[in-house]
Amino acid sequence: MKNKYSIISLIKNSFSYHENWQKAWGDPDPKKEYDVVIVGGGGHGLATAYYLAKKHDMKNIAVVEKGWIGGGNTGRNTTIIRSNYLWDASAGLYDHALKIWENLSQELNYNVMFSQRGVMNLAHNLQDVRDLKRRTHANRLNGVDAVYLNTEQVKNFCPIINISPDIRYPVLGGTLQRRAGTARHDAVAWGYARGADEMGVDIIQNCEVKGIKRSGDGIEGIETTKGYIKTKKIGVVAAGHSSVIANMAGLKLPLESKPLQALVSEPVKPIIDTVVMSNAVHAYVSQSDKGELVIGAGTDDYVSYSQKGSHEIVEGTLNAILELYPIFSRMRMLRQWGGIVDICPDASPIISKTPIKGLYFNCGWGTGGFKATPGSGDLFAHTIANDEPHKLNAAFNLNRFVSGDLVDEHGAAAVAH
Amino acid sequence: MFLIHCPYCGEREQSEFKAGGEAHIVRPKQPTELSDDQWAEYLFMRKNIKGVQFERWVHTHGCRKWFNMVRDTSNDEIKAIYKMGEKPPTKYK
Repeated sequence: MKNKYSIISLIKNSFSYHENWQKAWGDPDPKKEYDVVIVGGGGHGLATAYYLAKKHDMKNIAVVEKGWIGGGNTGRNTTIIRSNYLWDASAGLYDHALKIWENLSQELNYNVMFSQRGVMNLAHNLQDVRDLKRRTHANRLNGVDAVYLNTEQVKNFCPIINISPDIRYPVLGGTLQRRAGTARHDAVAWGYARGADEMGVDIIQNCEVKGIKRSGDGIEGIETTKGYIKTKKIGVVAAGHSSVIANMAGLKLPLESKPLQALVSEPVKPIIDTVVMSNAVHAYVSQSDKGELVIGAGTDDYVSYSQKGSHEIVEGTLNAILELYPIFSRMRMLRQWGGIVDICPDASPIISKTPIKGLYFNCGWGTGGFKATPGSGDLFAHTIANDEPHKLNAAFNLNRFVSGDLVDEHGAAAVAH
Repeated sequence: MFLIHCPYCGEREQSEFKAGGEAHIVRPKQPTELSDDQWAEYLFMRKNIKGVQFERWVHTHGCRKWFNMVRDTSNDEIKAIYKMGEKPPTKYK
């Protein structure tokens, strides 16, 4: 059992100078065999293991992670959470996640610092205005909160925005989802890891998958850098490296992996208390609790696993940021980094069985997977445990690329690709 | 960002080019006879290799001509560049 985090445990541990806190998760060696092995120890993978143990009563579960947990895209994103997607299937998927976020800190007894500060999406041309109004209506029909704001209302909600009509891409309006916001990315991975560990999940770090052993139409086990592990079910949640794992099993996926960049500024006093995104000029910004501006840039258009991006992508984003927020003109950027995102042709994820029995993929989140972490884990766990998708992720199957029943979310995905 | 040696214009910045994805995917000769699975394979399924990959690129802000490239996607190192219609260099197969 884990000791409960509370004000009392905080006071108690202060007497021992905070040196005797119980370990949040262990460092086990892999067993010979597991019922399920989850490949990828990011937020989605750890959430999957957590819900497999919690809701589906499976106990013999391992999460294998080639680096350290939460060190991939979970630690590299801009932590934005929202559910204002266009299509019914997407609204169901992302709003399911948002509802879990709303109680996640209590559920995990771990403060994920979920802050419903609202997310505003700006319109910069007539087509944006039409698209965003349509999306607002679609959201409301699906029970997702959304309002359309005119230029004055945008300015009222976020006073530092430059609404001058003679800038290159003037602000013509925007949408606002008030339930949307941000969370602490590391805490999500750590909270799920702690919860999963408590229920007996083995979290095995520094353990890279090297091969998948097939037998007939199914699988037998996986080769890792820590030896062979026997298992009949593998759930792959490897983000940018999904195709690499798929290729090991002789499977091709409809994915392209590309670098996506983000950057943070030096910390300053509170200046922007919401999240503002604009697709048309590709700039989005929020402020972390430490005071840094967190800025999301775009993807490079070529396949790369190099975890760095091109300079001109950052330059383009900062040009747009400076025109929209002239107040930031003298701020200095502290750090810039890249993560490898797996992009689907329809900008929607894949949470699905595959033609290979016992092999499941949760991938294709592309540029916006963080927001879905709890919902993605919950639905993927359901898919693995029952060998059938939940009704909320049924539309996000791999077969949609054969049937043509795509879920085109390029408009709502925020990063143009 | 890296430099690309366009086979027509010489060395230019990567930002002048546009990546056109995986190379040598042959357009189906008899599209009417393709099954849905074969269409999916042609349209959507990609090798997405980490390592040496064959790609198409176009010099958008230059001569606007297409060409092929062999590139290591793990570190963006360009191994070879050859014109459309030419045979890919065999040593990277």
